[in-house]
Amino acid sequence: MSENITLALSLLLALTMIVAAVMAVRGKRSLPIAILAAGLVSLLTSVQFLLLAAPDVAMTEAAIGSGLTTFLFFFVLSRVRGGVDD
Amino acid sequence: MGQGMDIVGALLLLGGTFFLLLGGLGLLRMPDLYNRIQAGTKATTLGTLLSLLGVFLLRPEWGWKLLLIGVFLIFTNPLSSQVLARAAHRSGAHKSPATQVDRLAEDRAEP
Amino acid sequence: MVESLISLAALLAGVAFLFALVRFIKGPTAADRVVAFDVMTIVSISFIVFIALLGDRVIYLDVALVYALLSFLGVIVFARYLERGF
Repeated sequence: MSENITLALSLLLALTMIVAAVMAVRGKRSLPIAILAAGLVSLLTSVQFLLLAAPDVAMTEAAIGSGLTTFLFFFVLSRVRGGVDD
Repeated sequence: MGQGMDIVGALLLLGGTFFLLLGGLGLLRMPDLYNRIQAGTKATTLGTLLSLLGVFLLRPEWGWKLLLIGVFLIFTNPLSSQVLARAAHRSGAHKSPATQVDRLAEDRAEP
Repeated sequence: MVESLISLAALLAGVAFLFALVRFIKGPTAADRVVAFDVMTIVSISFIVFIALLGDRVIYLDVALVYALLSFLGVIVFARYLERGF
């Protein structure tokens, strides 16, 4: 029973990660959306690490990959006044 | 004691995820950004808190950590939704045609 | 009884995650996508609680704590970006 739930959860997360990665590469050609999609990929990667029984790696991935990287990207984007596809 | 507590905890867990489902449905169906923020924040906060309460009834020895997660959720979630709604209003987000009252725009236009 | 109720709850949370994913794909502006991102983070917290419950490991809940702080950070950073100022 619990293996089935874990497998279904892992497949759902993998599907979402694929969709978000495609959006990050070629979404609506807008930089904030690409940054958000990359942050989403990072977030779900950390849940996958947790499913593989590695909570320390998951915590590091969540804090750095999804928190710090998104913060840094938006900070730099507001400094360079980036708009839609420039 | 043990068995009945487990069933009540699992039912609370189910109720919490039902509220998560309602929040997701509101996020999908609502017409404009402000309604989506409201549906996506209030319902999911209640759903997560109910889920944490259900897990507390299932595993009573995890209480302190679940309480800490719940306190963080109560502090951060309404604050972030309010900040996002204000920023969206200031940057002129699209309003639904059914909008009747906009007190924030009136307050801002007055002085 | 308890096992089947927990798996039904995981199914409902997965459907909520799918709804948020649809809004993330087709949301007209970037702010809609931020709301969908926030809802996905919160649903992921309940996923982590499910994984901790199924694996019976209390250490997994630390990752949920990091997530609860992380969703706040992402939304605040995006709101500051939207108001054009750091």
